[in-house]
Amino acid sequence: MSGVADWLADTRVCVVGGSGGVGKTTTSAALAAGMAARGLKVAVVTIDPAQRLATALGLDELDNEPRRIEPQRFADAGLSLGDGELWAMTLDPKRTFDELIARLSPDDEARERILANRVYRELSDAIAGSQEFTAVAKLHELAQERRWDLLVLDTPPSRNALDFLDAPDRLRAFFEGRALQTLLRGGGAGLRLLGRGTGIVLGLLRRVTGAELLSDLSDFFRLIGALLGGFRERAEQVEALLRAPGTTFLLVTSPEREPIDEALFFQRRLRDAGMALGGAIVNRVHADELGGGNALEDVPERLERATGLSPALAKQVAAAFADEHALARRDAANVARLRTRLGADVPLTCVPLLDADVHDVEGLVRLRAELLGDAP
Amino acid sequence: MPGLADKRLVFVTGKGGVGKSTVATALALAAARRGLRTIVAELSGQARTAQTFGVAAPSGEEVRLAEHLHALSVDMEQAMEEYLHERAGRVGDLLAASRAFHTFAHATPGMRELLSIGKAWELAQDRRRVPGTQPYDLVIVDAPATGHALGALRTPATFAEIARVGPIAHQGRTIDATLRDPAQTAVVAVALPEEMPVTETLALRGRLREAIGQEPAAVIVNACLPERLGPRQAKTVADALEATSDRVVHAALRAALSQQARVSIQREQVTRLTQELRRMPLKLPYVFAEALGPTQLGALADRVEVLL
Repeated sequence: MSGVADWLADTRVCVVGGSGGVGKTTTSAALAAGMAARGLKVAVVTIDPAQRLATALGLDELDNEPRRIEPQRFADAGLSLGDGELWAMTLDPKRTFDELIARLSPDDEARERILANRVYRELSDAIAGSQEFTAVAKLHELAQERRWDLLVLDTPPSRNALDFLDAPDRLRAFFEGRALQTLLRGGGAGLRLLGRGTGIVLGLLRRVTGAELLSDLSDFFRLIGALLGGFRERAEQVEALLRAPGTTFLLVTSPEREPIDEALFFQRRLRDAGMALGGAIVNRVHADELGGGNALEDVPERLERATGLSPALAKQVAAAFADEHALARRDAANVARLRTRLGADVPLTCVPLLDADVHDVEGLVRLRAELLGDAP
Repeated sequence: MPGLADKRLVFVTGKGGVGKSTVATALALAAARRGLRTIVAELSGQARTAQTFGVAAPSGEEVRLAEHLHALSVDMEQAMEEYLHERAGRVGDLLAASRAFHTFAHATPGMRELLSIGKAWELAQDRRRVPGTQPYDLVIVDAPATGHALGALRTPATFAEIARVGPIAHQGRTIDATLRDPAQTAVVAVALPEEMPVTETLALRGRLREAIGQEPAAVIVNACLPERLGPRQAKTVADALEATSDRVVHAALRAALSQQARVSIQREQVTRLTQELRRMPLKLPYVFAEALGPTQLGALADRVEVLL
């Protein structure tokens, strides 16, 4: 089994998705390291890595640009990157959004006015989908630079794995809040939008929001609305990148029911959106030490006989075995369901539950071996 | 003693995948057993609580799950319509029906969060805004993951500050005052006994203080494996593993050692959390069952009862 590397054979951009807490960040980093060890120039964009992992990779510098990770860090952990290069960055969504505004603004004055606007300052990180959108926008920017053979994006931690797929639409709706501005100015377009009773509606709007908030918001929408054209273009490019032939989505899940349900939902959404699913990775699968067998009877007695453990200890060992066996069976059933539902054309790989958390380079190297099927 | 039963609003948050919904439901079940009229308000729009009880729950509808126990999957549109209706009656309904207004509301940053928090707040009011509804003694909010939850908790104050005067400013200030009042509102942080969730829980404290000036009323470590072996016993088991050739015995010893390895990481992380918090978090057991049903939830409710 050559594992996930095969799935990524013609991939230039790999988006790693899945619900919260399933190990997206470590999987993304391990995958990136493994592909770099195969001689590629790889950059991984992480969203919120564990502090120890960030420190281990030397990612504490938050300059919102990829930095090359010293190959020695991996060599020390037994992985030679050879001619390959591993770059990594931690996304700063607020800064990326500011950068996006700056890039779309026609001039310095327009940019400064938006960045100084109270609504923008206080609420820009609350703009629905902004974190998700900035992640793909950054990905797009890096793809444009063409400095890397492979880009790996770890998607934002979110209860809903799909948020970033909807992000361009939501953001577009946000920029199109310009409609409101037109309306507030009483312009023709606004009147057409509302038809009769515009005056009443405006009065009401003031009544439910308050005049000052309305004027701040209207200022904000007017400023941001001026960027609408540029933003639309950007959103289209980002969506085109997500649909491009060299772009692959990988699903990461744990072997529990709810993350698997989300993964399946995600697959349907990807299919509807015309985006390519490269495969699914199931993390933290409890190993079935018995190879699917069911011989759990007389375990304490057999333990005592074979090993001379005390009856009390044998009982504890048997209880732990029963726990782990139950989990292994639960995981196997869930993975089987996922495999069936994904269909034959979607490859799937399982990563066994490791006895230690992955938060250092050694851990990444081990995880990489599991993912890529390389001998450790 | 957190005394959660004396509050009106309890927010349950934590890193993704730590079991927030499970903990929220267990807390609500424990409160309902005490006879408190309790509701779980889900902000993620997934209606998981009702599902666990096998009850169909249309988005935005308050459904009864068991005696004294209710659930609501908060629907932004509906929360907005309720607000408009309450503020402006039939003309509010007119506004709610306007497409331009919807575009505006959706586009306004933070509006979704403001409406969700506002709805949770509304559920906890003695005089409900929604006609024909009864007040609740306790509202357990199944909140989003830490970062989003903190953002949402801050929204009422942010809106109040930006708006300064007017109805939204007033509403924002009222909700914010409730969130800041430890007699009315509590936040429960859920972690797993692993590095990242523990770190996130510790970081939550400062950020929560910043957002609403409160400390977490309780910290829960979910899914703790049973500690079956002491260090000397683990050594004995490891030695026995070397010496055995029986397949089943080998598998049993391997399983026990693998569990033991995770138990020691777990212990390390619980210790770190306890030291930093300077108090014992509440540990909940790992649920080995296939799926979480009423039996498992009942057992978890027994464990969280002490927080009420």
